[in-house]
Amino acid sequence: MTEMVYGSMPGRVVEPVLPRWWRSIDRWSLTAVFALFGVGLLLGLAASVPLAQRNGLDAFYYVKRQAFFGGVGLVVMLGISMMPPNMVRRLGVLGFLGAFAAMAMLPVIGTDFGKGAVRWISFGFASVQPSEFLKPGFIVLTAWLMAAAQDINGPRGKSMSFLITFIVVLLLALQPDFGQAALIIFGWSVVYFIAGAPMVLIATVLGLVGAGAMFAYNTSEHFARRINGFLSPEIDPRTQIGYATNAIQEGGFFGVGVGEGQVKWSLPDAHTDFIIAVAAEEYGLILVLCIIALYATIVVRSLFRLMRERDPFIRLAGAGLACIFAVQAMVNMGVAVRLLPAKGMTLPFVSYGGSSVIAAGITVGMLLALTRSRPQGQIAEVLFRRGR
Amino acid sequence: MIRKPLRPLARILLAREKGENPDHIERENIRLRAEDTRARAQNRAEGRLLLLGLAFFAAFMVVGARMGLLAASEPMEPRSAASGANISALRADITDRNGRILATNFSTHALYAHPKQMVDPARVARELAELFPDMKADDLERRFTDGRSFLWLRKKLSPEQMQAVHDIGDPGLLFGPRDMRLYPNGKLAAHILGGSSFGAEGVNSAEVIGTAGLERAMDARLRDPAQASTPLALSIDLTVQSAMHEILEGGMAMMNAKGAAGVLLDVHSGEIIAMVSLPDFDPNDRPNPLVKGEPADSPLFNRALQGVYELGSTAKILTAAQAMELGLVNPETMVDANAPMRWGKHKIGEFEGKNYGPLLSVTDVIVKSSNVGTAHLALKIGGERQQAFFKSMGLFDPVPIELTEAPGSAPLIPKRWADIVTITTSYGHGMSVSPMHLAVAYAAIANDGIMLPPTLLKRDKLPQGKRVLSQQSADAAVSMLRQVVTRGTASFGEVEGYEVAGKTGTADKVKKGGGYDKGKNINTFASMFPASDPQYVLVVTLDEASENSGPKPRRTAGWTSVPVAAEVIRRTAPLLGLRPQIETLPATGVSAPKP
Repeated sequence: MTEMVYGSMPGRVVEPVLPRWWRSIDRWSLTAVFALFGVGLLLGLAASVPLAQRNGLDAFYYVKRQAFFGGVGLVVMLGISMMPPNMVRRLGVLGFLGAFAAMAMLPVIGTDFGKGAVRWISFGFASVQPSEFLKPGFIVLTAWLMAAAQDINGPRGKSMSFLITFIVVLLLALQPDFGQAALIIFGWSVVYFIAGAPMVLIATVLGLVGAGAMFAYNTSEHFARRINGFLSPEIDPRTQIGYATNAIQEGGFFGVGVGEGQVKWSLPDAHTDFIIAVAAEEYGLILVLCIIALYATIVVRSLFRLMRERDPFIRLAGAGLACIFAVQAMVNMGVAVRLLPAKGMTLPFVSYGGSSVIAAGITVGMLLALTRSRPQGQIAEVLFRRGR
Repeated sequence: MIRKPLRPLARILLAREKGENPDHIERENIRLRAEDTRARAQNRAEGRLLLLGLAFFAAFMVVGARMGLLAASEPMEPRSAASGANISALRADITDRNGRILATNFSTHALYAHPKQMVDPARVARELAELFPDMKADDLERRFTDGRSFLWLRKKLSPEQMQAVHDIGDPGLLFGPRDMRLYPNGKLAAHILGGSSFGAEGVNSAEVIGTAGLERAMDARLRDPAQASTPLALSIDLTVQSAMHEILEGGMAMMNAKGAAGVLLDVHSGEIIAMVSLPDFDPNDRPNPLVKGEPADSPLFNRALQGVYELGSTAKILTAAQAMELGLVNPETMVDANAPMRWGKHKIGEFEGKNYGPLLSVTDVIVKSSNVGTAHLALKIGGERQQAFFKSMGLFDPVPIELTEAPGSAPLIPKRWADIVTITTSYGHGMSVSPMHLAVAYAAIANDGIMLPPTLLKRDKLPQGKRVLSQQSADAAVSMLRQVVTRGTASFGEVEGYEVAGKTGTADKVKKGGGYDKGKNINTFASMFPASDPQYVLVVTLDEASENSGPKPRRTAGWTSVPVAAEVIRRTAPLLGLRPQIETLPATGVSAPKP
């Protein structure tokens, strides 16, 4: 009766959140992420046992831990992937500010775990690497600034983001963490590239990166040793690379068998930086190619979906996030096959590490949120732009 | 770029005429322009995103392809490689002159432990101690449990030991392949070969480096990868070496000597055919050097090379030969041999106070071994010419042979060469050289007066010799030496058919801190055969020998080293391919009947 008198509420017909999410999300990438995480757990069953034994813990202690943190990471990812782009932007910028503050505080509250670089904040039960969380936030912030700069009378986004990049890289270099610094520079470059950087400038930036690498080579012994190890044609079998290469060769096409691998006993970083070597040894080339295909799926699909994107911020942020995710995976695997000099970088979702997996969850969550299919004004374009 | 004006005058005027706000036109144009920019940016971004996507796809393909290549290649080094791919165990074999193996390599295993992977260190320690009596169970257990992650247990294992260790069945016990040096002939040629041990050691291989003797002196050649497959051929003849070793061992026991040395030299090539020093050792299990006491008491001591002794009367022939070479005398020249001879405050006598004088022919000075006669010859020669001659005979320098001990075995030469030194050195006292020196000097006489550098390596072409004596003097010296055997002090040295020529030498050992030890002799017999055309030189030295078959112990070389040397010649001359002379030629230049 009331409805007949007042008419029904002119409520918007809004699709419920979850079905809409499922309809618009990139389901292929989502599946790939879950598959990667599963592979990571599977490899962790083999790779983290020696570490657990060394530390006198239950054999699958680290697997359980990883399952827990991975679960957290996946929940975070799903949560973020449901956000609308402007929520992602807010989260990213706030996240950047928080991570930046934590990183700036590292010299005071950080710890180096005896590895010679202060990168972690230890909470006793777990430790956090702020730079891992800084990356997605940084990309979002950069993309926001760059996109805003495209507006008429917009802020000077390019200069501002460059200044921020400079400060962040400086902080990272002080830790020292040249790998993350390079990743930050790379992320910024990608965003700027997509935003329409002049080709001359791109060449200049590449030159500067080269000069920076030379500087690091000459001043940091740590860095120089790794480069030298890479440049020498002979593989010293006692180095991590030597073990990793040997493991890949041992594995061949079908692997030596589950749990039969040896490299995990000799490599201290078998469960993190060299997990791909464990995969290659125990399951062979097949699993490695699967892992590569999964990463390629996520990255290439995301980039192609972003090509249709009309909103500059979404385009830039999405491209930046996809690229740092891709590069991280590629550097990790490239090191194991000696395409790149040794540089500790985790394999997202696969390597052991709470910080790493949650940060990867945030990154991919944002990426998924940004690559969701949404109306791109095709009809409006057809209607309005034809007239001119 | 031509920009469209934001306020096109025509439209503004038109709008004003219609009474519209012309600002709307401007705003509309601004919106259109922004949209245009966006569209262009999107187009550009589309292209660049495509580029990025393709680049990443290609990069992933490269990583995958590289993985595939690696997976398809064979692993270069064995499993759980720890270290040492660059440690080369390559080492060439050593053979005798006929290609018989003296030293070779043998695959074995070293035993090491990874205590952290050990299941039951206490049991492993107990069982290892049972297998290897020199290991102590509690000591091993302590080392297995003190937190280290690696330790060596044994450097070499026999196959049986390896199986026994394997049967312990602990994953913390591991074997590393080893190439070990093997000397199949044991003690034979021990002092020549020296020995070897492991140098840089890795889990997967270890260097074998020479520690003494030829193995060390020729280390670079033996380890040269380019020549690793070519065995190093020595001048040694294994059969002759073996015969000499056996006879010297027997002779040493029979003559109650504490040591013996023998050198057999091919006079025409300078090659050392056999070199023995007793007591000796097994190079497969080389003993540790002595840390105190006389180095000569160690079996490692090479008496033939390192044992520098006063040569005694064996040196007299050098003096006689030089006197003849200088034209001062001929074999028949009579020289003063009236004993005892006085020189300043020194008195020079003969063996057991005899007197061969007043005059003696040069030949008889040698045959009877007259100290006084030799002293007079030396005085005629003079100290400077004598030194120059000794030096040309190689007596003043270490023997240049391929042993690591050779450069350190320098002769002991008096610093000041007074006349009394000229006299004493002429009959072999006051100057100490090794049996090897003596053999080289005798070889020069036997080789028609041409001095050849000695060697332990097989010689393909003869080196340029150096003439130190005229053929005539050399022949005369050989003839004198032959008579020493036929009618002189070395009558036990006669070997039928081989015309042995030689000179005995009996010297009192020099006591520590000066003076001579009357009861302790070094007996030497330096010989060459056959005298009509000398082919080989043999020097046999016995240390503190005494022949006890008579009522009184006899300690002269004629009774001790000469019979041993004769036996060596009897056994080795046929092995060396010398035919016995069935009809012995009449001894040349014999003026007196045989005693």
